[in-house]
Order: sequence, then structure tokens, then C-alpha cells
Amino acid sequence: MSDTLILSARWGKPDSAALSTYRADGGYAALDKALGMEPSLIVDEVKKSNLRGRGGAGFATGLKWTFLPKDVRPRYLTVNADESEPGTFKDRYIIEHDPHMLIEGIALTCYALDIHLAYVYIRGEFARQARILEKAVEEARAAGIIGSKLLGKKDFDLEIHVHRGAGAYICGEESALLESLEGKKGYPRLKPPFPAVVGLWGKPTIINNVETIANVPWIVQHGGDAFMALGTGKSGGTRLFGVSGHVNRPGVYEKPCHYNLKKLIMEDAGGILGGRKLKAVIPGGSSSPVLAAHEIDISLEFDAVKAAGSMSGSGGVIVFDESACMVRALARLTRFYAEESCGQCTPCREGTNWMEGICHKLEHGHGTAADVAKLEQVANSIAGNTICALGDAAAMPVQSFVKKFKAEFLQHAELHRCPSGDHGWGLTQAPRDAVAGPVRYAR
Amino acid sequence: MTNQAGGVEGLPREKVEQFDRELAPILKRYPPDRKASAMIPALRLGQALFGHVSPAVQALAADRLGTSPSRAEEVATFYVMLETHPTGKHLVELCTNVSCSLSGGDQLWAYLKRKLALAQAGSTTDGRYTLREVECLGSCGTAPAMLVDEEMYEQLTPQKVDAILGGLK
Ligand SMILES: Cc1cc2nc3c(=O)[nH]c(=O)nc-3n(C[C@H](O)[C@H](O)[C@H](O)COP(=O)(O)O)c2cc1C
Ligand code: SF4
Ligand code: FES
Repeated sequence: MSDTLILSARWGKPDSAALSTYRADGGYAALDKALGMEPSLIVDEVKKSNLRGRGGAGFATGLKWTFLPKDVRPRYLTVNADESEPGTFKDRYIIEHDPHMLIEGIALTCYALDIHLAYVYIRGEFARQARILEKAVEEARAAGIIGSKLLGKKDFDLEIHVHRGAGAYICGEESALLESLEGKKGYPRLKPPFPAVVGLWGKPTIINNVETIANVPWIVQHGGDAFMALGTGKSGGTRLFGVSGHVNRPGVYEKPCHYNLKKLIMEDAGGILGGRKLKAVIPGGSSSPVLAAHEIDISLEFDAVKAAGSMSGSGGVIVFDESACMVRALARLTRFYAEESCGQCTPCREGTNWMEGICHKLEHGHGTAADVAKLEQVANSIAGNTICALGDAAAMPVQSFVKKFKAEFLQHAELHRCPSGDHGWGLTQAPRDAVAGPVRYAR
Repeated sequence: MTNQAGGVEGLPREKVEQFDRELAPILKRYPPDRKASAMIPALRLGQALFGHVSPAVQALAADRLGTSPSRAEEVATFYVMLETHPTGKHLVELCTNVSCSLSGGDQLWAYLKRKLALAQAGSTTDGRYTLREVECLGSCGTAPAMLVDEEMYEQLTPQKVDAILGGLK
């Protein structure tokens, strides 16, 4: 497996977020190269690269781009920097350590797709990251990289703006994001039509995740084939995997997209705290079905994780050691989804509240075996019956936790208390030194 | 705008002028016929200047963006970072979602409640702090994390929390 780093290569260099640093390292050369290319050839390279969306769904990026209707203008690009899926913390480091890579990716995408206005929708809680990105955009504008001419030479006007959200997980869902960007509450839209056809202000709009777009400069520079070769099957390139929870070295690791999950946890992230045994892993953000300890010797490639019954999603790996209570963890997650459901559709609004209530009851020793069965029933009745994927996202953890740790749920009902004691969050509860690629964060 | 209670007229004039001055560059980010898109930034600006997004602030934002006060209200009540009621001088928001709780977030929540003498989320009687639990802050690797007055603090311990709160004005 190659050690090529695309996304985190510059992290930790002195002043890595500055334009001068990026330029000294060959930054904006891909844009320069692209300006001499037919825009459609850039789309071809991205298609060839097997780049798949890093926001959660793993949709083929090049294919998504071809859904834009040929003759409708204007078109818009919105970059999804909402990063709110529990367990996910990668896009922020791209913005903190290498914002110009993202800006170059935006410029390339816009040039390829004849888009002249792009927004980065960044979650409201990322105040520092928004400041860093705004500063970088300002620098790029002042240097004539964007504005009325690309790189000061090509007649192609491009404006990039940073739009800050104000705290709502649902605004990471692409159609809710558009509603929010239009100045409304974040209610997901019925699809179809998809945003590529009817998006921002009713116009065709491409929505991609930060990490997705940050790969584009490398693809243009080195070619789609080279990117494809870093991966396997239908997934090209490397990915940023975030590992959190009961590991010795939590953090973000850039690895080929088909890296082994067990190796990531046991070797890269330093293994399980206190030498304890692994109990469970959520492999791709809180919405992805949980895996039991014996199920983690798998490739993280999107289709491989799907074959293993889960999702590689946003690449956020959450690790539980044997001292953690799965009922407690699920209770917290169901509370999250109940809190974040926008309330627009009945199965999701009612179902998420119901699941939260049942989990709470079980965790506090007031539940029965019938409640455990009920929990599964409610989850099954949400899945597939809602406007947006938050409904499924709320159902999947419940279905998988109950299926794989049923004995533990029933034990709570029988004992009328949590067998793990009064908190259930495990034996070691303290911050640890963390990493983001080559950068160390000492506690 | 009529001169009713809760209307724009009730807001201090200099602050409204400041609002207009600071809103102008924000509006430049959106096409001239799409000013309503600036609703979140406008309400955030209002919150920063007036303390919270009262009906008067909502009306002000709606007026300047050429949209209805009900649109402003819909936004003000939907997003957790927009406060429709006054809060304490400092807002302390701790993440207790899974990755944080696996690293001590839940225990810190108990610690913060004890420290601020609060039985649950809410404001201290002296109006100095408002404490609440929030969802994942995107800092799960450097857990536990919290926001204090919208700035992020990570890898928290009780000692660190003491130092951060102790350093506030
Ligand atoms: C409830 C929900 C929350 C989401 N949150 C995010 C998010 O925070 N960031 C993100 O990039 N995608 C998020 N997505 C996925 C987006 O809808 C969309 O698929 C993605 O931004 C597309 O970009 P990509 O193809 O580059 O992955 C979310 C989806 C759902 C259903
Ligand atoms: S599934 Fe849930 S979050 Fe999505 S639109 Fe329906 S109620 Fe809203
Ligand atoms: S769980 Fe607390 S920051 Fe993600």
C-alpha cells in the first residue's frame, strides 16, 4: 500500500495555512495547468479518478457533476463544511491547516463546471475555522487568484463566500443546507428534483463535501488514473479517517481508502486503552451501523464496509472498549437524533422521540424485554419512510445496537439497572494526546 | 415599521446604525435580489449587538433583508446558536455526545453543574453564566470539547475548565 499523502501532506508545516506557503509548495499549479485544458477534460479526469463523496454517501463525484443540465445558467457550487455527524472531525483540519488546497479545489471545480459563484457552508460552531477560511479567501482574492480573472490571466470570474450556519445538524443534509443558505430554517426538500437540477435559488447546484473538493487539485495535477490507483475497486484515492473513543492515540489518519479498519485502530491509533478488550466500533459516523469486535477485520472501502453490513460514511470511527455500556451509548445517540430531527415528517419526529424515551428507560433500569422489542419495531417503521436520510440515520444505530448487543439490552431490563455501574462510559475517562496527520495535540 | 412595543423603534438608535454599517459588507456576499439569504448572518450580527434575537431584532433583520418578520422568527427559533431569550453573560456549552463522553464529557457535565451550582442546564442566579449541553462539536479526536462564548476549547479536564472560566471577564 502506498504512503502517498494528498490531504494532510502540508499539515504541520510552519504557517501552512498561508498563501505563500501553499505557493512555495507548488500550490495553484493545478489551476494553472487546468486553465490550459478544456473544462470537460477536468470532469473526465475526476470521473476516471473514482473519487467518491467524503460527506457520507460515497456518491461518485464525477457522475454527480454530469447531472447538471447542459443549458441552464447560472449554476452554483456549495461546499459542505457542516461537519456535524458525531464522530466526524476531519474537514476542520483541512480548513485549519491547508485552506488554500480547498480554495484551489473550488476554483478547479467551478472552472470545470462553468460556475461563477461558490459558497462554503460552514457550521456555526467552527468560528476559528471560518476565520481562517475567510482570511485565505481574502488572500486569494487580493492576489488575483479568484475575482474577475482566474490566476490573473484567464477571463473567468469567480467569487467564493463563506456562509456560517448557526447550529443544526440537519443543515448538513444537502437540501436542508440549501434552504438554510437561502435564509430559511433547515427543512430538507423532497427529492427529486435533485440539487444538481433544482438547487440554490432554484438553479442547478453541485454540493460536495470539503474533503471531496480538496482532492481535486491533486487529481488535476497527477491525473485521474494516479488517484484511482491509490484506491481499489470503485473507490480511488486516500481518505481522512477520524478515530475517537477508547483508543490510545485518537486523531485523524490519512490512509488509502481501502485501509484495514482493525489495523487503523490497533496499530495507527495505538490500540485500546488500558490494554482492555475491544467491544464495538462505529465505522463511519454515528449513523453507520455498529460493528462487534470480531467484525472489524475489513477494508474501509465504501463497498467493502457495506458488504460487512455497515457504512464507511464520513470516515468517523468511534471505538468502545469492553468497559463501555452499549445501552448508554445508544441512549445518547437516540437523544441526538430526537434533538436534531427537523420534525417535518411524522415517522422521524415521533419515532426519534420514542426511541430516545425507550433507551432512557432501559438505561435507568425501568425498561422491560417488551421495550427492547418495541425499540426495534419503532426503528423499522422509520427506515425508508421519511423525506430525508436523517430518519434512516436515526434508525440504523438502533437496529444494529439492539441486534448485536441484545443480551446487554435484555440484561438492563432483567436487572433493572445498568450492569456497568452508574455512568456506563467506561473505565478511563480523560483526554489523551491526539494527532491530526503529522500534527500532535498534547493534552 | 409601526411604533409598537417590540418594534425596531424600541432599539437604541446608535446600535441600529452600527447594525446597518456592519450588515452592508455581509449583503455583498449574496446576489442583490437574494438578500434574504443573509438571514442567519444578520440575526447573528443582531445577537452580537443587542444581546439576543428579540422580536425587535428579528423585525430589524427582516426589514433590512426585505422579507417578513415571520421568516426571521422561523430562523431565530430553528437554530440552536440563535438566542431568542436573554442568556447569562457567558455561554458555556459542553459536548456530551458519545466520543466526548467516552473521554470524560459526561463527568465534566456533572462537574460544571456542581461548579456553577446548577441542578440542570440553565443560567446562574447572578446572570453570569448560562450552561448547556450541546451535540457533537467536530472535536471528537480532541475530546472532551466545549464552546465558551462560541470559541472552542478541547481536551478538557476539570482543571482546564477552572482555568478557562476563571480567565473570563
Ligand atoms: C442528516 C444528514 C446530515 C449530513 N451531514 C453532512 C455533513 O455534515 N457534511 C457533509 O459533507 N455531508 C453531510 N451529509 C451528506 C450530504 O447530504 C451530501 O450527501 C454531501 O454533502 C455530498 O457531498 P459529497 O458527495 O462530496 O459527499 C449529511 C446527510 C444527512 C442525511
Ligand atoms: S426525516 Fe426527519 S429530519 Fe428528515 S425531513 Fe423528515 S423529520 Fe426532518
Ligand atoms: S462527540 Fe463531542 S465533539 Fe464530537
